[in-house]
Amino acid sequence: MGLLELQQNLVGHKGRVWNVCWHPSGESIASCGEDKTIRIWTHDKSKWVIKTILTEAHTRTIREVSWSPCGNYIASASFDATVAIWDQKSGQFECNTTLEGHENEVKSVSWSVCGNYLATCSRDKSVWVWGMGVDEYECEDVINAHTQDVKKVKWHPDKLILASASYDDTVKIFDMEQHTNHWICASSLVSHTSTVWSLSFDRTGDRLVTCSDDKTLKIWQEYKPGNEVGIPTPDNEPIWKCVCTLSGYHSRTIYDVDWCKKTGLIVTACGDDIIRVFREEGDSDIHQPTFSLVCSMDNAHTQDVNCSQWNPCIPGLIVSASDDGTVKVWTYSD
Amino acid sequence: MNKVLENPNPKIYPKLEEKLGTDTECENIIRNTNEFDARGIFELLRNINDPEHPLTLEQLNVIEQNLIEVDNENNEINVKFTPTIPHCSMATLIGLSIRTQLLRTIPGRFKVSVTINPGTHIAEIAVNKQLADKERVAAALENKFLLTVIDQCLENTVQS
Repeated sequence: MGLLELQQNLVGHKGRVWNVCWHPSGESIASCGEDKTIRIWTHDKSKWVIKTILTEAHTRTIREVSWSPCGNYIASASFDATVAIWDQKSGQFECNTTLEGHENEVKSVSWSVCGNYLATCSRDKSVWVWGMGVDEYECEDVINAHTQDVKKVKWHPDKLILASASYDDTVKIFDMEQHTNHWICASSLVSHTSTVWSLSFDRTGDRLVTCSDDKTLKIWQEYKPGNEVGIPTPDNEPIWKCVCTLSGYHSRTIYDVDWCKKTGLIVTACGDDIIRVFREEGDSDIHQPTFSLVCSMDNAHTQDVNCSQWNPCIPGLIVSASDDGTVKVWTYSD
Repeated sequence: MNKVLENPNPKIYPKLEEKLGTDTECENIIRNTNEFDARGIFELLRNINDPEHPLTLEQLNVIEQNLIEVDNENNEINVKFTPTIPHCSMATLIGLSIRTQLLRTIPGRFKVSVTINPGTHIAEIAVNKQLADKERVAAALENKFLLTVIDQCLENTVQS
């Protein structure tokens, strides 16, 4: 069994912390929550210390924060129906752009790997794709593929492919149609029996892990046209198949999942206050993979864990956020 | 509310004998955060006003002590409520009022679930899913209009 050790407890937010995000360098953390602030923490010698508190861009809960791939921008999604873009052209983080258009709460925001696109999603059931022009963001498309509240959007690790998870129990994959520049739903992933809260691609982008209110994790594999195992691909489009369901491990809603691009480990954030780590078996068949639970940290927080994320540079470093108002940094070792 | 009532003549049930009448005793329910029981939780919820009628959820039999489960060891509280009629459009609002009252009075370590008494509402699954989604509950409680309505429902309840 692996070991999860608490490195530091970061206290400062008032009320529930909804989300945390590592800077692409792995040296800073941004966190946000119901107190309508974004806090940026940096690693100073051996401790995490608060560097900046960003306020006043949002009038309601900040649900998610996301660093741009270059690390110079932060996007924040809020229940106030807007997304704020923070830059540091003046030397400090300032909000100079607000993206408006969603009818109600924005639940998630994600940057494409090239940094030229942003995706947002909302309780209004839509997913918006924003393109970055000359210092300006323009809405390129509004995708109405889901029938309910959309909880999460995330870009593929290296292609212009977008995934979204919804209260309608499905995950959808979107692709840009070259001749129309419109985003179309290339695949609908149906298997969960309740809200899908989050998802994460593996390092190749050919696999996805999703987590749900149905207390399961699911692993999905992409099959391209002409795949060697003979999985049919109607319309000559790749299809995603659920190749593994991890059930019986979580006792409540799983709010977040992250697939480490460095180590291949999967970490989950659960409503039973536990952080769990899963590892793929060494002899696992890609078409029928097996994963085992390698660590289960009871009482990782004193209330629901809302978010858990691997450091993009330092293997084994995890940051988590909870309803208990704290952010915690953990070290995982085998 | 000045519109036509959905259920104009609800059946009214007798109140439970007041075993915990005084303010001090009610306060004890909240202050004694180690041990909760169904009776104590019932006490926190019995005087919630119905959104339509000048009656409490106890008087309308929406809340009953025997539909409340408390597991102190595992920090779980499960409350089932019975809408007055199977197509009651107020079911979500009533559930939200119960949830809000418990959020305000019960320590955060408890996992609270509020669901419809099985078989008593046509949209049971949809209402239960919405009440269990803490993100949507949080967003609803940031809505000033909705919060005003909920506060009216909770004005006669035990306050934290």
